[in-house]
Amino acid sequence: MIRFTPTIGLMVIAMIILLVSGVHAQTAPPPGPPRGMRRDSITELDTNRSIAPFFKPSTAAKKTPDADGFIQRWLLLEPINKSIRSNIVFTGDYLKKAFDTIYFPDQFTVIPKDGEKVKVGEQELAWHALESPTFNMKLFRFAYGLHKQNYSVLFWAVTIVNSPREMKNVRLAAGSNGGSMWWLNGKQAVILDGDRRMVMDDAASARLTLHKGKNILRGAVINGPGLSDFCVRFLDENGAPVKDLTITTNQ
Amino acid sequence: MKIKIVSVIAALSIYAGGSAVAQIGKPFIHDPSTIAQSDGKYYTFGTGGGGLISDDGWTWNGGAVRPGGGAAPDILKIGDRYLVTYGATGGGLFGGHNGKILTMWNKTLDPKSPDFKYSDPIVVASSDGIEDNDAIDPSLFLDPGTGKLWLTYGTYFGYIRLVELDPKTGKRVAGNKALNIAIDCEATDLIYRDGWYYLLGTHGTCCDGPNSTYNIVVGRSKKVTGPYVDNIGREMLKGGGKMVLAAGDRLIGPGHFGRTVLGEGIEKMSCHYESDLDQSGRSVLGIRPLLWKNGWPVAGDNLKEGTYEIASERRGYALQIDVDFTRMAGVARGFNRNNDEPVKPIPSQELADVIKNWPTGNIGVTIGDYMFRPHQKWTITAAPGAGGYLGAPYYKITIAGTGRALAATADAEVITVPDFTGGPEQLWMIDQLTDGTYRIMPKVVPNSKEQLALVSIGDSSPTLAKFDMKSDNCKWDLRTH
Repeated sequence: MIRFTPTIGLMVIAMIILLVSGVHAQTAPPPGPPRGMRRDSITELDTNRSIAPFFKPSTAAKKTPDADGFIQRWLLLEPINKSIRSNIVFTGDYLKKAFDTIYFPDQFTVIPKDGEKVKVGEQELAWHALESPTFNMKLFRFAYGLHKQNYSVLFWAVTIVNSPREMKNVRLAAGSNGGSMWWLNGKQAVILDGDRRMVMDDAASARLTLHKGKNILRGAVINGPGLSDFCVRFLDENGAPVKDLTITTNQ
Repeated sequence: MKIKIVSVIAALSIYAGGSAVAQIGKPFIHDPSTIAQSDGKYYTFGTGGGGLISDDGWTWNGGAVRPGGGAAPDILKIGDRYLVTYGATGGGLFGGHNGKILTMWNKTLDPKSPDFKYSDPIVVASSDGIEDNDAIDPSLFLDPGTGKLWLTYGTYFGYIRLVELDPKTGKRVAGNKALNIAIDCEATDLIYRDGWYYLLGTHGTCCDGPNSTYNIVVGRSKKVTGPYVDNIGREMLKGGGKMVLAAGDRLIGPGHFGRTVLGEGIEKMSCHYESDLDQSGRSVLGIRPLLWKNGWPVAGDNLKEGTYEIASERRGYALQIDVDFTRMAGVARGFNRNNDEPVKPIPSQELADVIKNWPTGNIGVTIGDYMFRPHQKWTITAAPGAGGYLGAPYYKITIAGTGRALAATADAEVITVPDFTGGPEQLWMIDQLTDGTYRIMPKVVPNSKEQLALVSIGDSSPTLAKFDMKSDNCKWDLRTH
């Protein structure tokens, strides 16, 4: 979800308007915390160009979904550069072609190690095992913090969902800014086409089965101009979040 | 101008489903502020400086003056002054995301007034270009309960934030820190109703003409600081939002909500449409009724020209001219007939079947059981060249297929006159109320300065009287059959 990227001509005209109009700033807003307001520790630290406030390295510590069931530990591949001017283009057909394209070996089966690199065209891209403190994985911040291209990009993500028992009739619920597709144990489960924005439970899969033990959850998110991110969780047959899972990023 | 001039012949066949008329003049604007009234006129400011002025709320043209350029301003009248806020930058369209929000005061919005002078703008919020926020798209909200002044701002680039301003100075309250209240919105706006704070936001993509996916959503909270949640309990900080208005009626990409309360039960919302397909696909000002359903705001529909039953909410009877009922002849079957005979359609009673029996002069108006007979079918169309009021043109209300027009009388009753002449007593304001019903008011009651509405004083008896939102006597449904 984003403002459409205008033509250069419009941009130049608009810049001229803004420059000519001018701004007469007088005083800066006073700093300091408010009384009785919630604080947001993430955004207090986000003025440095780094992934640090938005992610921390994945560890071997036990990790369950958060209180709402969102999966916050993922292996993320640095963004594949694309050329996308508008997010209107993300039709189902477009996404299938984009995600069926083989960008790197074993694209639909690999469980990479943290730091492992792949070659995609002229790009050498690394996998990062990361955890997000928020419900969503902020892919724009991932790319921006690593000084990578952050608009017109395609991200791959994979994680391992460990289930203590077989769980039938669960649904994979996903939201993404940008189009996305999600596969559980190699089968396509959810597709989010069109001009998407970050909305939890934007789409849900048909009923699925989580096997006892390891389940491989894989996703791809594509975006033109926009703050790419995604959020994923499992819902039980009553629509409640599934939380008795453990999430790992290595086999 | 989208007004359809409905001919007598065409009116015979038209039922509601015609076009909804839009603001006329040159209502071209992007990111309009909430509409403000000043010195008897209506104003809205837009992106890039300047804005629109309207004498009546229906015909809009350029001419409003706002210095500072930038994007997406808002206006709020506080006491006898107007506080204007705007974003100094373009939200990433024209560079980075290091935005600034400024406020400034003016005693009047009328650029011709000797009192028209803006104070120096003051920065009240900013973003550094890297943080998860872009300080554009500000909106002002004066809490009716606490008197505190709040400002929301932000765009798709990260969080929507809330800060507190001093309502006396327009400056940021000392020590105030921005609070995140939503993500993935643009053009947010706070409003309050019945113990709830509502956060309106625009989702989707702007600035791509008819391919823009802009739409307006809402969440609500018991506290101004949130959390704002939608109708299924989903926080706007997680993308939640209940739809208020999406595309329709050849108008694409509504965004930048603003609310105008005209009185109890009469509210309007303003916005822009990214593309009006009837006006070269331009971005235009939109004004439409604001309804409330189950505690949630919903955009009403501007009245579509067409032919309606005008049904009283009092009993459900329909407005009609006072003529003798004409039976439909030759089709009564009685009982115990052979039901094996083939069925066939029977024509409805038509105007030509009955009009010859109607008086040719003035005819009174009553209310009665609706039988979809010609004396109960009213064609409502915009009155050409008659101007309008906030968000709508003055309408003429005529018996379908005729020029016979509903009119107010000097003794505050209603009649029909044989032909519409355009007199002010024959012009009607039709406002959709917050509950979805309608208030119908003549522009003028002859020899009276009172604003009176069409009211059911008896089940069968209409009159003109003061409007009372709490009374079903004062409300009407416009139904199509």
